[in-house]
Amino acid sequence: MVLFEAENLQMRFGDRTVLENVTLSFGAGKLYGIMGPNGAGKTTCFNVLTGRYRPTRGRVRIDGEDITGLPPHLIARKGVSRSFQIMNLFNDFTARDNVMTALPEMRARSFETRRAVASDAKLADAAEAVLARVGLAGKGDVRAKNLSYGDRRALEIGVALAAAPRVLFLDEPTSGLGSDGTARLAGLIGTLKGQLTIVVIEHDMPFLFGLADEISVIHWGQVIAQGTPGELRANDWVRRSNLGKLQ
Amino acid sequence: MARHGSDATQLVTPAMLAVVGVLASLPLWIGQVGLYPYIGIEIVIWAIYALSFNLLLGYTGLPSFGHGAYFGIGAYAFGLFQQNVLPGLWPCLAAAAGAAALAGLVVAAFISHRRGIYYAFMTIAFGQVFWVVAIKSHAITGGEDGLLRIQRAPADFGIVSFDLRDNVSLYYFVLGVFAVVLVALWRLVNSPYGRILQAVKQNETRAAFVGYNVWLYKFSVFALSAALSGLAGGLFAMAQTSAFPDVMSLHYSGYVVMMTLIGGGIVSFWGPVIGAALFLLARDAIGAVTTAWMLWFGLLFMLVVLFKPEGIAGWWQDLRREGGARRPGLARLRMLFGG
Repeated sequence: MVLFEAENLQMRFGDRTVLENVTLSFGAGKLYGIMGPNGAGKTTCFNVLTGRYRPTRGRVRIDGEDITGLPPHLIARKGVSRSFQIMNLFNDFTARDNVMTALPEMRARSFETRRAVASDAKLADAAEAVLARVGLAGKGDVRAKNLSYGDRRALEIGVALAAAPRVLFLDEPTSGLGSDGTARLAGLIGTLKGQLTIVVIEHDMPFLFGLADEISVIHWGQVIAQGTPGELRANDWVRRSNLGKLQ
Repeated sequence: MARHGSDATQLVTPAMLAVVGVLASLPLWIGQVGLYPYIGIEIVIWAIYALSFNLLLGYTGLPSFGHGAYFGIGAYAFGLFQQNVLPGLWPCLAAAAGAAALAGLVVAAFISHRRGIYYAFMTIAFGQVFWVVAIKSHAITGGEDGLLRIQRAPADFGIVSFDLRDNVSLYYFVLGVFAVVLVALWRLVNSPYGRILQAVKQNETRAAFVGYNVWLYKFSVFALSAALSGLAGGLFAMAQTSAFPDVMSLHYSGYVVMMTLIGGGIVSFWGPVIGAALFLLARDAIGAVTTAWMLWFGLLFMLVVLFKPEGIAGWWQDLRREGGARRPGLARLRMLFGG
């Protein structure tokens, strides 16, 4: 079943075309990888899919509903969540408050002024559950800016997860991590696999080929190859490129 | 954040009781320290104003540098409403807050998609517009001569009515308003709404991508802050029994920024209150010695910004944290020596 789809997306900035005829479709509960060289348009693609940019042409749909050009907060409320390549956290909040802010229960009460957040144990419990899911149990009281880099990367995913999305977009979740950190994040994303639809931009090929159900290669703003990891291993372009240093 | 201590769930905190308690005793001793009750009125009114300003600067991270406009609009609205519509205290105060809220809504509609330096410039520009209009509309506001003969109408509570013409009784009235504002704002900043304002301050992008309409929060909090500033302005018109355009100038708008920063509004709920008190006391204390008091206060401001940008409240939090950090060390010593 197709949950999220993009059809013939085009994104132009002035006279530069950054995306051209990008068509992607993501099924419920599967994990998708997006790869391609720097500047290929991968992050721009995420930005169009999650509402940061309005595409100059094409359609974006979730569950059949057209969400093209909606602002980010409305797309988020449809069940689309994302993390960022460059860390994007509420740095002065504790890890728990970061996650709590993203909870749908919090969003439902977002204009409420008469009760204190701290008096609602349910919010804190829900936040703790998310922290445990991303391996940050016991670190709820640490401010985001004081967490280690790897923990911040995990929290980044925690905040995106807390919004209870149907589709989760992760933009280079292992960026800046060493091999241990990458292994930890791969483990974490592996545990999430099957629970919701996940789309990951990633440069770490073993990571992507080990986890993804299907991979799309974006180059020069176009999807140049698409298929299961097995199919892509045989793809000429992937084999020739620096990206595919696979055994 | 220190502002989310265990007090966050309480409607009335020990700190509030202490502050309001000390302020309530002020008329008893203010004469003995060489000051006068009127400065108490000023401190409390400016504290309300600075608290409402800090809703923007400290909590939402919005640099509103022309905020005097809303204080001034509240003052004029209070006087004009009293002289032309209804003379009662409550409708006049409501008019002060309402007129400022309206101005705030209009301005916020134009600026809420901005942030940082652009936001600051646009608030200054709008503030200057209101200031010039107040000066030029001589027929309505009295221009630079001011709007005079504003009455201190009695505070009528149905069964009892208090005459406010005397400075001490007006002081207790504004202190009562201050107490209500404290309780309301404390609850507000600790509520889901207040929490999201702080999220917007830290990261607008992240807030939008977890589903919050950032524009609407910036828009609504600006109007709310303007309304409260207008309420303070209305009280100020009552205190002065007149309204003048100078409080709307960039100059005066800068005062509330200085108060909030020097007091520590960036890190503490109480920062603006500390700052307002310090500013007005310094004005009178240093002003008694030299007319160039602003030079000395300005130097103090520069020192704070350079060496302790978190202000006096931040410095106080550090002291308490150090005190707390020493204790576990002591406990360990006791374990070693069996003390």
